[in-house]
Amino acid sequence: MKKIIANLTTLATAMVFAFAALAQTKLTIGTVNNSDMVRMQGLVDDFKSKNPGIELVWVTLEENVLRQRVTMDIATKGGQFDVMTIGTYEVPIWSKKGWLVPLAFDAAYDVDDILPAIRSGLTLDGKLYAAPFYGESSMIMYRKDLVAGVNMKMPQQPTWGQVYEIAKAIHEQDNGTYGICLRGKAGWGENGAFITTLSNAFGARWFDEKWKPQFNQPEWRHALSFYVDLMNKYGPPGASSNGFNENLALFNSGKCGMWIDATVAASFVTNPKESKVHDKVDFAQAPCAVTCRGSNWLWAWSLAIPAGSQQSDAAMKFISWATSKAYLELVASKEGWANVPPGTRTSLYKNPQYLNAAPFAQMTLNSINSADPVTGTLKPKPYVGVQFAAIPEFQGLGTSVGQQFSAALTGKVTVQQALENAQRIADRVMRKGGYY
Amino acid sequence: MANKKNYQKTLFTCTGWFVSLLLFFPIFWMIHTSFKTELDAFSMPPRFFFFDATLENYGIVQERSNYFHFALNSVILSFGSTLLGLLIAIPAAWAMAFRPSKRTRGTLMWILSTKMMPPVGVLVPLYLIFRDFKLLDTRIGLTIILMLINLPIIVWMLYTYFKEVPHPLLEAARLDGANLWQEIRHVLVPITFGGIASTFLLSVIFAWNEAFWTLNLTASDAAPLTAFIASYSSPEGLFWAKLSAASTMAVAPILIFGWFSQRQLVQGMTFGAVK
Repeated sequence: MKKIIANLTTLATAMVFAFAALAQTKLTIGTVNNSDMVRMQGLVDDFKSKNPGIELVWVTLEENVLRQRVTMDIATKGGQFDVMTIGTYEVPIWSKKGWLVPLAFDAAYDVDDILPAIRSGLTLDGKLYAAPFYGESSMIMYRKDLVAGVNMKMPQQPTWGQVYEIAKAIHEQDNGTYGICLRGKAGWGENGAFITTLSNAFGARWFDEKWKPQFNQPEWRHALSFYVDLMNKYGPPGASSNGFNENLALFNSGKCGMWIDATVAASFVTNPKESKVHDKVDFAQAPCAVTCRGSNWLWAWSLAIPAGSQQSDAAMKFISWATSKAYLELVASKEGWANVPPGTRTSLYKNPQYLNAAPFAQMTLNSINSADPVTGTLKPKPYVGVQFAAIPEFQGLGTSVGQQFSAALTGKVTVQQALENAQRIADRVMRKGGYY
Repeated sequence: MANKKNYQKTLFTCTGWFVSLLLFFPIFWMIHTSFKTELDAFSMPPRFFFFDATLENYGIVQERSNYFHFALNSVILSFGSTLLGLLIAIPAAWAMAFRPSKRTRGTLMWILSTKMMPPVGVLVPLYLIFRDFKLLDTRIGLTIILMLINLPIIVWMLYTYFKEVPHPLLEAARLDGANLWQEIRHVLVPITFGGIASTFLLSVIFAWNEAFWTLNLTASDAAPLTAFIASYSSPEGLFWAKLSAASTMAVAPILIFGWFSQRQLVQGMTFGAVK
């Protein structure tokens, strides 16, 4: 009897181990619906063939919903996600709180190949907390046919004054072509991001070294007045509701002479399937004014592992695959070099095949390299980030201030009133946050 | 006199059509956009007729997402939560309609007051409870939440319908020897069937369209069609046509369901309107 029990116990134990070995490790990946992310979902067979024990489950959400979901999950250690797609804004804040697992890659991954500007935004105390999937800065996309048509030339990096003059010259409202399209939709990641880079170029900053808001300074008044004047004279109607996608649609349908926005848009505006003006587009670096510092932003959608994940080893394998050099080659072999996720690796910008396929590559690299999230304003600042301040309060504050900018654009309030309101809101938030 | 009546009839008909078209327009536009290319979907002025109609968006959505997984979850969650809600609400509404106490009115108001709180106010505590009870991303957890959300509406609607039932009818059943269960089962439910059916339908529709809790408490296993739609919104890239195709596929089942059951819906809505 004892022998039978012993045999049964052995058999049961063996079966448990066998099932455990067969069981798939389920990896839940929270991501946004961007074309590069979607493309990755279509290429995961390569990862699965190399890692047969890992099952991938995708949770694709709208950017703000994803941000809310992952923030709550990570703060409560809910463990719903094993890999999350987060931006350059979240990484410094979350890594400081101990919410992210530091990433340790092997030599083959070649961490040093990651673009220095992007890498520095994802690093805290020498540890990398997220691996960039694609990176971007901002630059000018313009219609070279329209600019040439008025006998003008776009400099490699124009001033805002030159941009104003070109917008004025190519603006033909009667024909439905507007001189310039810029973000006007309220939101910290919408008009907040763009107007911050514009104001940086005018010498402004969000906070001084003692975290005091600076909207009452003349630099902000000059910057916002310039923006409102430019958009009211040479921008499209209803610009206060235009974000990235709305401007992309306007530009692709030939209604914008110039558009200053994310470098990632370059692949959309030069795509014959999407753009009516794909062969008439050229690029220049984001404009300067009194300075070039902080005149173009820096952002990277990156993959990170939340501290609550039970599958951090498998998650690490996935991140290593998705952000590797081999992945870029995989995309190139299946979809062409022009569709490779941009802005992450130095080696990509030395690859002649990529440089040939992507006419915007060099401008993207120049823009990313020139962005400095640490010292990127004319006057010293206490925060990290070019188009944002990497503090937890910024999401709410940036959106409230963005609403004031949007109201100034529609004429509901004057520039002066908008800045006074922004100063009051920011002062209250910073006092409440205990910054002074 | 006849002319005036005709004039009034025409006016009412025109107003009815106008309001109906106004209400239907967003649904029409969504379906219309789903057959456009992304560039046409964004074109300004909008294109009503002259565009290259395409089924490409439906193809992309089918290829990228497991629609039936999301649809099945929607069916289970909306019907499950509604049936569970009715199971609790029918006895509750019966008690308040036929055995009222001095606290009934206050209880009814208290039930309704739970709908006055913004859901985000209880998001974190509920998330923690769900985490500790291992209910995150489960159909059971979400069914309970959706049931609780719609319970006040279900109780109130049923209470209103039950109040219309003459008491002597139930008393007669009791005199004939019916017990409580038989009284509800054989007298009350058949009389108020229209009302119960319309409550059922409304609750299913509300649960089907609920997007706050379904997005916040699910990831993949229990994610319904609201999560399916949310996955087609993009911060960088044109997405309106694909989003419209996904939305059309998401609302199609409930539209068809509502179309076939509109008789019960109207019957329930007008229950007790004419005595």
